[in-house]
Amino acid sequence: MSWEINRDRCLRCGGCVAVCPTQALELTENGVIVDEEKCIECGNCEKVCPVGAITVGDDE
Amino acid sequence: MKDVVVVGAGPAGCSVAKELAEEGYDVVVYEKRQEIGAPKRCGEGLSSSAVDNLGLDIPEYCRMQSMDGALVYSPNGDSVRIHSDETVGWILERKTFDKWIHSDETVGWILERKTFDKWMAERAAKAGAKVRAKAKVVDLLPENRGVVVEIEGERKKVESRMVIAAGGVESLIAKKTEVKDQSDLEVVDSGYQYEMVNLDLKDENKLELYFGDEVAPRGYVWVFPKGENKANVGIGIAGDLDETAKHYLDRFIENNERFSKASIVEVNSGMIPVGGLLENMVADNFMAVGDAANQVNPIHGGGIREGIKAGQIASEVASRALEKDDTTKEELEIYNHMWWEERGKSLRKVEKLREVLEDLDDEDLNYLAKKLDGQDLMDFTQGKRLSKLGKLLLKRPKMIKSARKLL
Repeated sequence: MSWEINRDRCLRCGGCVAVCPTQALELTENGVIVDEEKCIECGNCEKVCPVGAITVGDDE
Repeated sequence: MKDVVVVGAGPAGCSVAKELAEEGYDVVVYEKRQEIGAPKRCGEGLSSSAVDNLGLDIPEYCRMQSMDGALVYSPNGDSVRIHSDETVGWILERKTFDKWIHSDETVGWILERKTFDKWMAERAAKAGAKVRAKAKVVDLLPENRGVVVEIEGERKKVESRMVIAAGGVESLIAKKTEVKDQSDLEVVDSGYQYEMVNLDLKDENKLELYFGDEVAPRGYVWVFPKGENKANVGIGIAGDLDETAKHYLDRFIENNERFSKASIVEVNSGMIPVGGLLENMVADNFMAVGDAANQVNPIHGGGIREGIKAGQIASEVASRALEKDDTTKEELEIYNHMWWEERGKSLRKVEKLREVLEDLDDEDLNYLAKKLDGQDLMDFTQGKRLSKLGKLLLKRPKMIKSARKLL
């Protein structure tokens, strides 16, 4: 499981939450958080993020 | 027990809440953000025809600047020189274009969402609805008979006869019902915007729109003036690209000399559902309105008009259902029918128009320019009279297939 967010870049717009097919993401006061049990690493959130704040997968 | 819980105090939620409160229903509106209307995720444009159609008497202080037309810049092609200040040629000769889109009258407004959304909330509150900011709805109660809301760290159950989801594009509440499952990246745009000051604007009363695969793939860059050399400078692009919306917008700004003295006073981002209109927007004791139901114009991404209109339609149906004490899915489905009749059918046509426009090249556009006028363009973006466009495209051999979509 590899889902990372750069909180300095994140603008808390919730775009990632909207495209998550498994409702694994939630927008909180402190930004977006992931439920690792639910995440299937499809990459939708990474693609749609307007500021490139999310990295999914083992690329790094 | 409340009659209705509305989740989200944007234009859609406040529209439905106001109408229902006026009918005498006990309505509460929860907004998760600490300030209604902020941060915005919007270019803030609204057309005059929408204002008239919605019957809105928007106060002066919410209207930043009147618009009398738009300047539209060329898509890909030889005429595009994105690396110079003189940038971009017109899609057509300027003369033709001014004919297209200049009007002596006000055709729209750039609003201030911070004040506009609060004004909408104020109207709902004055009508009798209870509005609460910084109140996050975290769950639905069984059978959608209320919600669990979190205020100042404490969760409580609020029972109601029905729930209306107006929580925007990321509405978890809509996802929790059968109404919306997942978003397909083909029909979402990724949006990013700066509010900039000290700009060298081309015309204080015109929208600027920039098209082209290099500038904004499957979307456009907008400059929406807000008066006194201030503007929303934003971009909406396909949601499934390798590069980010921020990347494209930053490049556009860097390559335009006239932005060199401008300052950034606000940064916004968001996701725009530019397709994926929902056939069904209701469940037992449940309705969805606005971005939460993907109610956005697929060609320009505008959602204020659609949200408010849907709120008005939903309130009519909800009011009748509550009066009959029958808020089952079957009864609320009238909202589906009414919305599709009033807005959905035109928006579906606009969706087709978007598909066709993606296939046009500069030559096609120049050809069309000679045959069309400003009224045609305005009508097309509302999904009206598209057969005129279809018939013209039939005369372009390689466009015949696309043309048929419009006939």
